[in-house]
Amino acid sequence: MIQNLIDGVLTGSYISLGAIGLTLVMHILRFANFSHAELLSLGAYVALVFDALVSALVPVFAVKIAPLSLTWALSAAILISMVITAISALLIDRLVFKRVREKGQELSMVFASFGMALIIRNVIGLIFGLSPELYSKDIAFAMILSRDPLILVKPDQIFVLVAALVLMFLLHLVLSRTTFGYSLRAVAENPSLAQVNGVNLSRTIMAVWLIGGGLAAVAGVFYGLSHQLIPVMGRDLVLPIFAATIVGGIGSVYGAVLGGFIVGIAGNLALVILPSGYTPSVPFLLIIFVLMIRPNGLFGEARA
Amino acid sequence: MIGVISYLVFFATTASILAIAVLGLNLQWGNTGLFNGGVVAFFGAGAYATLILGGTPQAGHLGGFELFYPLALLGGMAAAGLLAWIVGLLTLRLRHDYLAIATFGVAVAFENLMRNAEWLAGGAKGVRGFERPLREALGDGFLYNLLFFAVVLVILIATYLFLERLVASPFGRLLRAIREDEEAAQSLGKNPTKIRLTAFVTGSVILGLAGGLYGTFYAFVSPQDVLPTLTFQIWAMLIVGGAGNNRGAIFGAFLIWGAWTASGWALSRFAPVEAQLYTGSVQFILIGSVIVGMLMWRPQGLLPEKLVVSQRGKTPLVKQGV
Repeated sequence: MIQNLIDGVLTGSYISLGAIGLTLVMHILRFANFSHAELLSLGAYVALVFDALVSALVPVFAVKIAPLSLTWALSAAILISMVITAISALLIDRLVFKRVREKGQELSMVFASFGMALIIRNVIGLIFGLSPELYSKDIAFAMILSRDPLILVKPDQIFVLVAALVLMFLLHLVLSRTTFGYSLRAVAENPSLAQVNGVNLSRTIMAVWLIGGGLAAVAGVFYGLSHQLIPVMGRDLVLPIFAATIVGGIGSVYGAVLGGFIVGIAGNLALVILPSGYTPSVPFLLIIFVLMIRPNGLFGEARA
Repeated sequence: MIGVISYLVFFATTASILAIAVLGLNLQWGNTGLFNGGVVAFFGAGAYATLILGGTPQAGHLGGFELFYPLALLGGMAAAGLLAWIVGLLTLRLRHDYLAIATFGVAVAFENLMRNAEWLAGGAKGVRGFERPLREALGDGFLYNLLFFAVVLVILIATYLFLERLVASPFGRLLRAIREDEEAAQSLGKNPTKIRLTAFVTGSVILGLAGGLYGTFYAFVSPQDVLPTLTFQIWAMLIVGGAGNNRGAIFGAFLIWGAWTASGWALSRFAPVEAQLYTGSVQFILIGSVIVGMLMWRPQGLLPEKLVVSQRGKTPLVKQGV
């Protein structure tokens, strides 16, 4: 039970990171982006490539940062992947979503995002093959926190949690202390009024994609550290991150963080009462539950 | 020769069943502007319920009610409608993203439940033990398939005529009114939530009908039949055909199913053996590109919706030369 709770918090950390970008996009661009989870896969695979590349070029970096299974090379690869994934998110918007936005309505965007998800997922499958990949083939040994009840935690998991919390805190500072943070909120509340007051709309949209893409890359790598990389990982992640945004309230960054942890913990606690085969349904049950008791989520506001 | 004809009958039967599903989706999305991200759940509910209600008793899972076939099919439609009613009740009051996400979630959960709950519908092994209606009289051969195709075609035409009537009726006008301007419709005393729910349930019942026919055709359904792939295919059919146009929906169904079958055949025939594993990926990229490409360059589809002016106002006096 306590073990499930701990695992849930750790799962929650990468779901939260994924959900932050999604909730921002859904708030500012007003569409449910079903291809957001593919940014996580993209980030994870880009990091895989650069991990190998950096290790080969600078062998010194191929050592592990004890006690983690994470190497210096992978840490560098995460940073590179954040940049590349952020730019990819921006490019996808420029090439596809922007054009659909100009031509059609919000629903077309949702369809287009499904189409993009199919394309990205299967292109990754074509390039990297359908078999799973791992960052490190070594077995990561867990630390025993307590023997009775048996509680195990891997050092990697602690790193993931701490890194996720640090990133969220940085984002919090940006959103609450900078002019950019204010303009983001202004655009979300009233795009026309924000523009009248001199907020550059297209630059704000750009920033949203860059933040969303960067955080998605980290989330993808963290997912890869605790599971394995498969091209269809986006398919398994899309519902949990949507559930996190709905639980937290669409548009609320803090809601997304909290929602991510709730989804992660609920998924792991469900293992106590349900066979593990049912885990993929848990986010859906959570969505239905929240819609029944608090349709706008924990921090969301009603908006037509 | 008979081989080609029997293949064509097989192809046309599947395409017609899918066309019925596309018509159902068209009522939801094309006419009412409702996003259904879980087409396959309603299709699957129809298929599973029809087979469970009409099948022979099976050890280990629910079933064996051996209902008279039309009743079983009606049961399938009712199951799809019930699912839609529950989901719609919870989500249709909220902003449209919620419906998209919730219906997508329904599809994930439905597939997940069918795969795991062996007591319910056989789990991964699927529902077996269904006898196709009139099989004893007609046998399993070409004649049966031809007659089955005729029945499906009649149902397709009936669905088409029903929807055309519906869309032309005051109710159809109301659907378009809500799609275009919800507040205006509300100001005229209409209840958008209730009408949306009616349209969503009706569309899902049609999806369930298509699912029931699909299950009957194969006399078998398993979790493999309710994967998200089918949702994407049915969408691509509607987007390509033209959302809002029932003829476009049918045309799109035949066109996309033809392209899907042909691309699968071409890949299995001409792609090198070591690449065969990836034909699925290539087909998904194709269908994703079709969806995205159409939305970018021709969002109205090949046969666009004809916007009807229900009641023309009198010609302005200026034009009459007064």
